[in-house]
Amino acid sequence: MIVAASLVLIVLFSVAFHLVSPWWWTPIASNWGYIDTTLVITFWITGAVFTAVVLFMAWCVFRYRHKPGRVAHYEPESKRLEIWLTALTALGVAAMLAPGLVVWNRFITVPDDATEIEVVAQQWFWSYRLPGADGQLGSSDVTWISADNPLGLNPHDRLGADDVVIDGGDLHLPIGKPVKVLLRSVDVLHDFYVPEFRAKMDMVPGMVTYFWFTPTRTGEFEVLCAELCGTGHGYMRGYVLIDEEAEYEAWLGEQLTFAGLPAGEGVQVANTAEPIGGSDP
Amino acid sequence: MSSVSEDPDTGIPPAEVPDLPPPHAHGFWSRWVFSQDAKYIALQYSGTAIAIGLVALVLSWLIRMQLGFPGVFDFISAEAYYQFITMHGMIMVVYLLTAIFLGGFGNYLIPLMVGARDMVFPFVNMLSFWVYFLAVVVLAASFFAPGGPTGAGWTLYPPQAILSGTPGGTQWGIVLMLVSLILFIIGFTMGGLNYAVTVLQARTRGMTLMRMPLTIWGIFTATVMALLAFPALFVASVMMLFDRLLGTSFFMPALVEMGEQLSYGGGSPIVFQHLFWFFGHPEVYIVALPAFGIVSDLIAVHARKNIFGYRMMVWAIVIIGALSFIVWAHHMYVSGMHPYFGFFFATTTLIIAVPTALKVYNWILTLWRGDIHLTLPMLFALGFIVTFLNGGLTGLFLGNVVVDVPLSDTMFVVAHFHMVMGVAPIMVIFGAIYHWFPLISGRMLSHRMGLIHFWVTFIGAYAIFFPMHYVGLVGVPRRYPDISASFVPDSVATLNAFITVAALTVGAAQMLFLFNVAWSLARGRKAGHNPWRAASLEWQTPEVPPRHGNWGEELPLVYRWAYDYSVPGAPRDFIAQDDPGHRASWSHVP
Ligand code: HEM
Ligand SMILES: [Cu+2]
Ligand SMILES: [Cu+2]
Repeated sequence: MIVAASLVLIVLFSVAFHLVSPWWWTPIASNWGYIDTTLVITFWITGAVFTAVVLFMAWCVFRYRHKPGRVAHYEPESKRLEIWLTALTALGVAAMLAPGLVVWNRFITVPDDATEIEVVAQQWFWSYRLPGADGQLGSSDVTWISADNPLGLNPHDRLGADDVVIDGGDLHLPIGKPVKVLLRSVDVLHDFYVPEFRAKMDMVPGMVTYFWFTPTRTGEFEVLCAELCGTGHGYMRGYVLIDEEAEYEAWLGEQLTFAGLPAGEGVQVANTAEPIGGSDP
Repeated sequence: MSSVSEDPDTGIPPAEVPDLPPPHAHGFWSRWVFSQDAKYIALQYSGTAIAIGLVALVLSWLIRMQLGFPGVFDFISAEAYYQFITMHGMIMVVYLLTAIFLGGFGNYLIPLMVGARDMVFPFVNMLSFWVYFLAVVVLAASFFAPGGPTGAGWTLYPPQAILSGTPGGTQWGIVLMLVSLILFIIGFTMGGLNYAVTVLQARTRGMTLMRMPLTIWGIFTATVMALLAFPALFVASVMMLFDRLLGTSFFMPALVEMGEQLSYGGGSPIVFQHLFWFFGHPEVYIVALPAFGIVSDLIAVHARKNIFGYRMMVWAIVIIGALSFIVWAHHMYVSGMHPYFGFFFATTTLIIAVPTALKVYNWILTLWRGDIHLTLPMLFALGFIVTFLNGGLTGLFLGNVVVDVPLSDTMFVVAHFHMVMGVAPIMVIFGAIYHWFPLISGRMLSHRMGLIHFWVTFIGAYAIFFPMHYVGLVGVPRRYPDISASFVPDSVATLNAFITVAALTVGAAQMLFLFNVAWSLARGRKAGHNPWRAASLEWQTPEVPPRHGNWGEELPLVYRWAYDYSVPGAPRDFIAQDDPGHRASWSHVP
């Protein structure tokens, strides 16, 4: 009795907790509402399964608990039942997987008009780089890193000359424009994580990773690191500010470009009229 | 060659090899220290695993104290916090769960359940334990080494694992951890070969594969998986040790640490992750499959009913074991690996949910129309089903690649894997201890203490880990000693304090369990021969507890599967496997 009742109570508690507890995700600030939708579908399907299975179990425990004279039913297997259950489960799984894969495809397909920006991680702070007037980022490599050139931009690449370098400050982005965030680390693994954007991706030294999103809400959003990167991991914070276009331009105008830094003085500013080939880092 | 031919009536084949006695101990050392008796080795394995597991339990209290009451305990610095979670995680997964299921339950139950006198290689079996013991000593030594244990996280991802920004990275911590893992794998390999060969070669006459209890199927499949998976961790550990000590660059690209160029170059951190998870994902099932097997048997015995769909259960174990080798990269969806991998690994991962779900259904269908005795093993089995189901379902979130993106590396993940591979297998371990303690010691564990232990552990663990999912949904990352952030409402701190109180309570209940074991060893009620009226072979030995060599003059003969409970027309509600009497009515009974 107590056991069956406790099982029922666990279901009731879980469902109630889900429905009324104040703990839920942060209001979204990007186009990745699809992810939230898939997550909610998954919650419904799995919640229904959990409720049904545990309640059935509670009923069994109640109905078939030992009493003097009770004899268990003898039935080693039932092909029909097992096939039915397999089929139903496969259907439920497919109902979650299909939308999941469709959304994943969107997640990894970057729109052509996305602006490329770069986030650089190191123990334990964030830096950023935005393309200058040429709309392209110059190449970079850890071997270029020095006190004067903290992000390791290639001083011989003229595409990099007008790149805006934000070393240790906050990142601003304009609302409504898709961005492809290129992620780079100079030391260990990190992960650029803004809960309100839903997207995240590890940064791996030696390679460039990416994700894309479109900001849909102005405001200040905290950046956290989501991949263990040493003692300062929990304190590796920053802010991304999503601005209206005009504010953004105003902010952008105040930033330093690479050519303005000591290490970049020798670089020629790129001629936007005749771009020279790709600059994908 | 024996001249006996197959018995036409029972189908029992003739003996293929003579029945040799296992080696006998002659003195103190060979009896009590370097024992070659699998039952004694099992207890050595279990005792060591539980002892180091207690360290991991205490570490979990410290972790929770920091999270529940940040700033109150100032000896828990960020460095210490990372050392605590790393050692807690690694000990729990490898040195406790893997060791106790395979080295502990495997050693005790395999020979008894398949009707053998001992493992086939008793000397290697003894060696296996002592190498494991050495691995535990090396691991424990890292607490006292300069710089303390490693704080790299139980995943030990390079480059940070061997750099100065991580506790123990350029000191002793990571070296001792890797050496300990290498020793563990050597020790396990010796034991594992033994378990697998014993199951394949030393079954008694009549014990066909399809008559083995699911416990043995679970342990056997897990052993084979471990023999295939651990080598990946072995090479990864050796390579990382070289990177750390010899300056090679297997996993190290060119990098700048704190403004200084290091001499590494050309290696790939992602390769380590592939190797780690090629081991790490099967590892989840190495822990889960023995639990699946054992819980099946607990449910059948205590519901007086054959396990529903035995053949399906066997195939599910084997299929899950095989599939679990092609899902590893679901731990790496946001690692930066090629995004197309996501399609493949999400699909395989969700496919594995189908045989897993079937197992859950079959456990419950075994309860259905059963004769359920709410004994302690049954209660823990029910607790296992609830927590495993819960954790399995949240696995569908994390396996479904795009849903994992916001959730990965948050407390949601921590809650998920604790439910599914922390709490659930531990429920089975407790159920199994309550079930087999009478066989091992001849006495019952106290029921009253057991009830308190069960309810506090089950409800408490649910209260710890169910709400923790929602902390992760809010967005709190894992491995954060201090979770305050602009988007985290103050109420989360209250919830965290509650979780901590629950964790400390659950911890205290484990002390009651240890007391119960000690008390019952001396004072427990005498168990008698087969207190649960179980049909499987381990309860049919001439003496209980079984003596050296397990069986009397003759090895037992097996006439049926392990699940002949409540057979219509039979005189009792179970028929032991070695009982030639009543034939079963079901034509498919193996
Ligand atoms: C009452 C028991 C337990 C409690 C309260 C507990 C609590 C915790 C907490 C709070 C964390 C990590 C927090 C963070 O990421 O900041 C953690 C990590 C972990 N725990 Fe447990 N745990 C318990 C038992 C177990 C068991 C039985 C296992 C066995 C599978 C386990 C395996 C792990 C692992 C693998 C980690 C990850 C360590 C890492 O991030 O490197 N825990 N535990
Ligand atoms: Cu980090
Ligand atoms: Cu996995």
